[in-house]
Amino acid sequence: MFESLSNRFEGILKKIRGKGRLGPEEIDEILAEIRSALLEADVNLGVIRTLQDRIRQRALGEELSGILNPGQQVVKIVLEELTVVLGGETMRLAYASKPPTVVLLAGLQGSGKTTTAAKLARWFKSQGRNPLLVGADLARPAAVEQLRTLGDRLSVPVFSEPSDPVAVAAAGLAEAQRLGRDVLICDTAGRLSVDDDLMDEVANISAAINPDYSFLVVDAMTGQDAVGVAETFHERLALDAVILTKLDGDARGGAALSIRQVVGKPIAFASTGENLEDFEAFHPDRLASRILGMGDVETLIEKAEETFEKEEAEAAAARMLDGTFTLDDFLEQIRQLRKMGPISNLMGMVPGMAQQMKGVDTEVDEGRIDRLEGIIHSMTEAERAQPEMIDGSRRMRIAQGSGTQVAEVTQLVKQFREMKKMMKQMGGGPRGKKKRGKKGRKGGGRTTQRGPAPLPKKGLSLPGLGENDPSAGFEGFDLGGGNPFG
Amino acid sequence: MSLRNKLGKPRASFSDRLGGFRSRPQVDQAVWDELEEALLGADVGLPTTSSLLEQVRRQAEKDSVVDPEEVLNLLRKEMVRFFQDADLELNRSGAPSVWLFVGVNGVGKTTTIGKLTHREITAGRSVVLAAGDTFRAAAVEQLTQWGNRSEVTIISGAEGSDPSSVIFDAVEHAAARGSDLVLADTAGRVHTKSNLMDELRKVRRVAEKGAGTVTETLLVLDATTGQNGLMQAKQFTEAAEVTGVVLTKLDGSARGGIVLAIQSELGIPVKLVGVGESIEDLMIFEPTAFVDALFG
Repeated sequence: MFESLSNRFEGILKKIRGKGRLGPEEIDEILAEIRSALLEADVNLGVIRTLQDRIRQRALGEELSGILNPGQQVVKIVLEELTVVLGGETMRLAYASKPPTVVLLAGLQGSGKTTTAAKLARWFKSQGRNPLLVGADLARPAAVEQLRTLGDRLSVPVFSEPSDPVAVAAAGLAEAQRLGRDVLICDTAGRLSVDDDLMDEVANISAAINPDYSFLVVDAMTGQDAVGVAETFHERLALDAVILTKLDGDARGGAALSIRQVVGKPIAFASTGENLEDFEAFHPDRLASRILGMGDVETLIEKAEETFEKEEAEAAAARMLDGTFTLDDFLEQIRQLRKMGPISNLMGMVPGMAQQMKGVDTEVDEGRIDRLEGIIHSMTEAERAQPEMIDGSRRMRIAQGSGTQVAEVTQLVKQFREMKKMMKQMGGGPRGKKKRGKKGRKGGGRTTQRGPAPLPKKGLSLPGLGENDPSAGFEGFDLGGGNPFG
Repeated sequence: MSLRNKLGKPRASFSDRLGGFRSRPQVDQAVWDELEEALLGADVGLPTTSSLLEQVRRQAEKDSVVDPEEVLNLLRKEMVRFFQDADLELNRSGAPSVWLFVGVNGVGKTTTIGKLTHREITAGRSVVLAAGDTFRAAAVEQLTQWGNRSEVTIISGAEGSDPSSVIFDAVEHAAARGSDLVLADTAGRVHTKSNLMDELRKVRRVAEKGAGTVTETLLVLDATTGQNGLMQAKQFTEAAEVTGVVLTKLDGSARGGIVLAIQSELGIPVKLVGVGESIEDLMIFEPTAFVDALFG
């Protein structure tokens, strides 16, 4: 039933092929096809009109300049304009300097606010936060029970009381402060945007808890009405962003994207399934390509890369545990690590790491890592596979080749040997194996409700780093993503 | 109370827009463009809008209509005609009759059942409720709260239990008591999830294993739904033989024009309309009232 825009384009392009330039009629025909495709995707009529005007202007303008090569040029213009209108950046959340960070959820009935509240709580938990859910939807029968059940499943506390919604929200805020929860998520009653009483209620709740973020929850299947609804809510609540739900169906979500264009607020999260973990930060440009029928290419590429790197890392980890880990593997680990940016930045990315490392000198000498790489590069393949064969004259050659000192080569080989031995011991017991599987799947930075996982007092150090000063290395540093040093 | 009165204020802006249109001196292209915009803005969708306007245009030419107001009347008539041949009656021929409520998440299935229960009880019929949404947290509690208002029996199972068996039990219970009607709730599901649609197929099948007959499978559709409503109607019909649509939340600013597309492309009529939050706010669908309300 849905014909992708790219398919439609093919038909038009066939017709205009061979023409030197495009006249207004051809451009109108193209614009009509675009309109039809965008209407099917529920893109707002006003947004479509804006788009059509911009495309027409550019297409005709460039035709006059005489450089138009009809087919591709027009497609390029269309794609560029669509991406401008429908695209945008992924939103980033900042936490309040004085906790809790307060999040207010509003939306039409049935848009999925309560489920979204729970999913959001789960997401915050995964970011190392300790959320409190507040159930201020006292209108829908059993809404609070639903929230409590979901909260139980997540081990996230839920606060509500049978008073009035504004009082519940205010008391919820006090409760979050009392319990030391650093994020508060307030669920509110669903409303039809025209209902003044309920709009007043949510505005009063907002005034009572002064949210850091007000999110409008929007069903991806919504039609032309979405923009008007968002405008009404925005007038009362000063929205920060939209959360898009039910994106797991075949709805193209054009209405929600139109909100971004008209109200100027991005889509922060998208819900892609019934389970509480089916929830992720939103990439607007990807939905733009979904509307255009080009598929979510970027996501696919990312997934493929992830899998590839995971497999690679798991293979290396396996070799490490059965003692066949080579210096080549080690070199690859360093490369993976460096791909992620400077080591000192990486530390900041691991939840809880900054506090753990407080008072510890986290300045890692990048130059030393360069030299490490140099040393390994100067080895022959045989030497990398069996470092024990490296004798005095080989050491000399390697040091000269890499512009380092013989002592540094000796140190690297020695530490690598020790590390391998230790790994083999770990691999011998079932505990080690189990641990490896877990790390490979989940990625690091484990955080629990009690806070970040404590770093082991004595972990593994990278050979050649922090030999003399243990605090200069990154002992026990769990890089995650299947990194075998974790 | 008429549907139009019920819907009230939010429609004003829409009729204002057509007000400007009515004062045009003649039927020119701008008139047709404005009508098209109005229909598209009501989520009727391009294919149905185009075919509707094509019909009206032909008729207007034939009758040499020059008054825009007259064009609007022709369009109304054409839209009402859309629904006229459809069977709008709710089928009560079973003993008991089982009415299944299906749809995506959050469209108002449970609420619709609550309101319909009240309607049926008031009309003197005996009703048993089947809490077939065993997935959503607190769905059973929600149905129970509705059911208690009308003092009817609710048959439910444990959370996560098989919805087919819950509904089967309810049908058996209704048959034993000689009840007229079983209203069966189901969990909301996105129509692209094939395992959940298979589950629904099974629900439909098992509901008829006992004494009851499934005489209605009602697709509950939120009036804000856009073009995706067509896909929903298609998929749910394929899995559970949808016999009619319940259009909910029509008291918001959305106009639910997608039901025109569903009627025209799939031949599935609207049977009930939800227009408010109180227990009385469920009406039998009347084409003329709906079309009038759509135009404000």
